[in-house]
Amino acid sequence: MRMRTLELSVGGFMLAGLIALGVLVVNISGLSLSGPKESYTLYALFENAGGLTERSKVSMSGVVIGQVSAITIDTDALKAKVEMKINNDVDYLSYDTSAAILTAGLLGEKYIGVTVGADEEMLADGDMIDDTQSSLVLEELIGKFLFNKVSE
Amino acid sequence: MNLLDDIIIHIEGLTFTRNDRYIFRDISMQIPRGKVTAIMGPSGTGKTTLLKLIGGQLRPDAGDIIIDGSNVPRLGRSALFDLRERMGMLFQSGALFTDMNVFDNVAFPLRVHTQLPEVMIRDLVLMKLQSVGLRGAIELMPSELSGGMARRVALARAIALDPDLMMYDEPFTGQDPIAMGVLVKLIKSLNAALNHTTIVVSHDIQETLSIADYIYLISDAQVVAHGSPEGLLAEDSPQVKQFMQGLPDGPVPFHYPAPEYLDSLIPTDVRS
Amino acid sequence: MIELIASLGRRVLTWLMEMGRSGIFLFHSIVAIPVPRTGFPLLLKQLYSVGVLSLIIIVVSGLFIGMVISLQGYTILVDYGSEQAVGQMVALSLVRELSPVVTALLFAGRAGSALTAEIGLMKATEQLASMEMIGVDPLRRIVAPRFWAGFISMPILSMIFSVVGIWGGMLVGVEWLGIYEGSFWANMQASVEFGEDVVNGIIKAIVFGFVVTWIAVFQGYDCIPTSEGISQATTKTVVYSSLAVLGLDFLLTALMFGDL
Repeated sequence: MRMRTLELSVGGFMLAGLIALGVLVVNISGLSLSGPKESYTLYALFENAGGLTERSKVSMSGVVIGQVSAITIDTDALKAKVEMKINNDVDYLSYDTSAAILTAGLLGEKYIGVTVGADEEMLADGDMIDDTQSSLVLEELIGKFLFNKVSE
Repeated sequence: MNLLDDIIIHIEGLTFTRNDRYIFRDISMQIPRGKVTAIMGPSGTGKTTLLKLIGGQLRPDAGDIIIDGSNVPRLGRSALFDLRERMGMLFQSGALFTDMNVFDNVAFPLRVHTQLPEVMIRDLVLMKLQSVGLRGAIELMPSELSGGMARRVALARAIALDPDLMMYDEPFTGQDPIAMGVLVKLIKSLNAALNHTTIVVSHDIQETLSIADYIYLISDAQVVAHGSPEGLLAEDSPQVKQFMQGLPDGPVPFHYPAPEYLDSLIPTDVRS
Repeated sequence: MIELIASLGRRVLTWLMEMGRSGIFLFHSIVAIPVPRTGFPLLLKQLYSVGVLSLIIIVVSGLFIGMVISLQGYTILVDYGSEQAVGQMVALSLVRELSPVVTALLFAGRAGSALTAEIGLMKATEQLASMEMIGVDPLRRIVAPRFWAGFISMPILSMIFSVVGIWGGMLVGVEWLGIYEGSFWANMQASVEFGEDVVNGIIKAIVFGFVVTWIAVFQGYDCIPTSEGISQATTKTVVYSSLAVLGLDFLLTALMFGDL
């Protein structure tokens, strides 16, 4: 085996590996090259946070503005308390902003959809979103439907 | 006798077992310097194992192997490496490295043990191959060589560093008469020309007797006899006689242990 | 009855001794750091025979597996109207599981058995012994380069498998089945996390490479030096490697993805 061809082919092999890595990074995982964005914290209480997990997206009008960082139980209100990290450049969330747990697509990843209100004051770090809508639970929906049907 | 005056290898109290079987039990031997010493015996007595013990590939259970003052089983890695520079071994199958050609095979020990420039190495390789008659084969790969040629190349490789000790493991086994003649000539003439000590392990009486200066006969994990070729031929002991004359039956029996012949053919309860 | 227990005990002890030998063997091979001047050309040669020559089987297998997953996935998801998720499915199953595992199994079969046979043959023809007699440690010269070559090649082959598989999946999904190309890639990029999925897949490939190559070179080195012994050793390589890869895969998956 000539040394030249040997070296060339091994070099080509390694190069192919590097390119594959590159493709995996950029095209397949869509890794963004910008670093983690600076963010501030907002809270929201939900009756039912079912299906929501850490790192679920928080988006407004379909655009991602942050993600869920923690889900705990608020012992005073006895509700689910969701902590969200919102990107710093999203500083136009009014005080009466509402948050709802919605489903993405039919297979159903849960995410938080945020709708801005009309208030002059803006939410700041550590504030609580008051107007919330819990995730839809299938049993409750069916129950409601049946109840409506019965009352007709 | 003056043959044993200058000893290069002292083997004392050597014991080696494998799988609970004694290969060597408390053996002592003296290998004279510069002479051809043959180690002979029936098959399977561990003659190859002895060469591996001398070369430090195997460790004995007990005993010393002292080569020019160095006790082989006690040597550390680098001391063993230096000692091996002074040894050459020709394996039964030649054992050429199949992924290199003839030239690189013979050059291998030179490249490992010396820092000589490639030009000098080339000259040395050509000289060694010339002495075994295969200088024209430098470009060939081992797979392209016949068995006899492969062995000769392996011999060239073994003498590449001009070792003080040359060991041959069954060099005559399975060779045609011509190849046999070539090898016998080479072993003897190299021993004379390069003035090294030669140990030949073999069970070919005729060839070995023609070149050996001293012979050790090993059987049943013991040294059964030792002496010059004439001395051994004159020996009276039945073991030595059976081996030297190639008798089919004697101390090494013809029949493998078995029950009485008549009993095997006709079971005792049927016999009237 | 006693016979049975005794023979079982003997088997366990023999297996334990083999484990012990392989551990010592590994130590001596890896601690032997190759000398750059002579070591590098040896490594290069091994990278060629272990890595480059495995490319064809890896690429072809990757392509077909990617295409099949895409096809199968489509037929199921289309009933839920979720056929855009095919890209996500192909990518995740390949990157997380199939690339490292299938590459390792193919590698064990092709490169692993070749390594075992080569080293076993060298042992049977006394090449290893004569190398030792000349004063060269066969662990350093023969085993170590092969070990490092396998260890380096596996992750590379696994990544190539992933990429080719996803491309194959795209071919089937977008070109043939008519999934919208944009959503194929978008869904994939949204769901494949680099740190979680790609990196873990590569870690798996590295671990598998280590284990498969170790088993392959050890079986060759330790085999009974007859033709029957070599054939037994190659079989052992493929069987032990496959079992080890599948078992480790479960372990690693549980560790990496189990706590999600």
